[in-house]
Amino acid sequence: MLKCSISEINNLFSAISGLRTLYLPVEKAGQALYGAWTPQARLCLDKLNTVKSPKDLFFPQSEDLVRFQREGKKISIEMPDAIDEKFVLFGVRACDAKGLQILDTVFLSDPVDTYYAARRENGIVICAACSEPEETCFCNVFGIDATEPAGDIVTWTVGDTLYWEAKTEKGAEFTEKVKGVLEEASAEEEASVAAQNESVKEIIKQLPFADLNLEGFDGDHLLEKFNSPKWAELSKACLGCGTCTFVCPTCQCYDIRDYDTGHGIQRFRCWDSCMYSDFTKMAGGNPRKTQLERFRQRFMHKLVYFPSNNDGEYSCVGCGRCVAKCPISMNIVKVARALGEESK
Amino acid sequence: MNRNEALIPKLGVVTKIIQETPDVKTFHINAPEGGKLFEHMPGQCAMISVPGVGEGMFSIPSSPTKKEYMEFSIKQCGCLTDFLHSMEEGQMVTVRGPLGNHFPVETELKGKNLLVIAGGIGIAPVRSVINYCLDEANRANYGTIDIVYGARSKDDLVYFEEMQEVWPKCPGVKVHLTIDRPQEGWDGHVGFVPNYVKELNFSTDKTVIMCGPPVMIKFTLAGLMELGFQKTQVFTTMELRMKCGIGKCGRCNIGNKYVCKDGPVFRFDELDQLPNEY
Repeated sequence: MLKCSISEINNLFSAISGLRTLYLPVEKAGQALYGAWTPQARLCLDKLNTVKSPKDLFFPQSEDLVRFQREGKKISIEMPDAIDEKFVLFGVRACDAKGLQILDTVFLSDPVDTYYAARRENGIVICAACSEPEETCFCNVFGIDATEPAGDIVTWTVGDTLYWEAKTEKGAEFTEKVKGVLEEASAEEEASVAAQNESVKEIIKQLPFADLNLEGFDGDHLLEKFNSPKWAELSKACLGCGTCTFVCPTCQCYDIRDYDTGHGIQRFRCWDSCMYSDFTKMAGGNPRKTQLERFRQRFMHKLVYFPSNNDGEYSCVGCGRCVAKCPISMNIVKVARALGEESK
Repeated sequence: MNRNEALIPKLGVVTKIIQETPDVKTFHINAPEGGKLFEHMPGQCAMISVPGVGEGMFSIPSSPTKKEYMEFSIKQCGCLTDFLHSMEEGQMVTVRGPLGNHFPVETELKGKNLLVIAGGIGIAPVRSVINYCLDEANRANYGTIDIVYGARSKDDLVYFEEMQEVWPKCPGVKVHLTIDRPQEGWDGHVGFVPNYVKELNFSTDKTVIMCGPPVMIKFTLAGLMELGFQKTQVFTTMELRMKCGIGKCGRCNIGNKYVCKDGPVFRFDELDQLPNEY
């Protein structure tokens, strides 16, 4: 295990950004969001959750797919620019790291989404283990250990020291390159990290949502959950704003659209939301006409459809963003409890 | 790394346009250098686009055994299809495919007597199966083929010439046409498809392939059940809004199945396991 003093952390960031673009939580318009590091950046390393998850760095909110030229009856295709930015993502929490693995199952399965795959290959994920979980956290429900995130490199902050350990080959290679600004940690210090991890795990067990039970949320109960009368009440106040989908680290729905730039037609994709009324609207009608159906779709996807297709893995990581951001205070915890209650 | 061929289309050229009905045209599409853009199986689909206008999923009504070109029969009913209907021969379009699964012509349909039921533009995806089975190389693999096809009027029957001149002349094939209301110059059957299927009183030794408007599907399926058919012998092909066509953009799901990737072809007993949200 290596270490670096928090007071000198900008030396570490300076060394990293000398090698690759470094993205980390910074303050933008008073909120914590991932942004590029500069010596002047206002860092938000203590902030548990950024407003948007880091999925943006791999699956951007909007990205160009391909460009066309049209002249008379002729069309030509202009291939997109290569995705070649090498970058480091620092400060990724365990929930968001798991979120990336869930996106991997979608975008890296056949046929591979090469836009996403290129960014995954070009990015090194440096995680930050949690030391002060919030009341909205429930990552433990999904088997996530907040003190052992799944990154190329994991860091732990104990007191005024940052501890660093490479977890993958990619992480080890990169560690070699920045070793100059890191020191070896002593056995005692390593023990202090382990001790902090144990106490954090105890705190997480006591959090309000830690006991959420997802028994019965699987493919075997698909129709039972879908047809539950509870959806009407649960969805009644939903505004269909889509905030939950935009802050979610695992929501992957997207739209593909064309834009006439004046110099050609740019085809781009951008995040979309199953909460929106036009998401499934066709010339011949809409299979999800009401907000009840759209609301149900989102939670059925995360808690039933996705696990039924992916060996029981839920498409939720318990980051708590939707819990904190929903304007009507509806969330996946309330939904899971209401529907779980019913099947007892 | 190679860029995503699944999202980046190929260029195609419209080499022939046939006005099938007042609002349906069939387009022959070739690769710019000639020949077909790709091979497909009966029931598979492709995304057709005119950049700047839109992109949409269409079934491929031509049989894979048609070597010279691919066909797309498209009903005019929205922004993109308005544009497609205004095209002239020589117009380029973009095509992505083949997408989705296909009718099980090599497995569950093999050796079976077939009953093909279609309404309106629903004939498009099942025509590929008919012509595939009628191809000289494949004909021996299938038994009799009954085709029940209905449209609003005589003028709305797509592939009218094939219905009248080609298919009925093939050994073992019977074509049963019907239109919704009586019409001058029509001495065939008048009435809706579900009732006609019941009147024809088919024996249950057939495997059914069905496509048409939801209301037709619903009542025809009920009629088939009355005749003693099982849901395991009835296949259909579905359609929902799609963007990616590869099971990732998240909008065409019925329960845990994506119509673009796991479908569009489903057996009715499979659909029974899924929410009724289509």
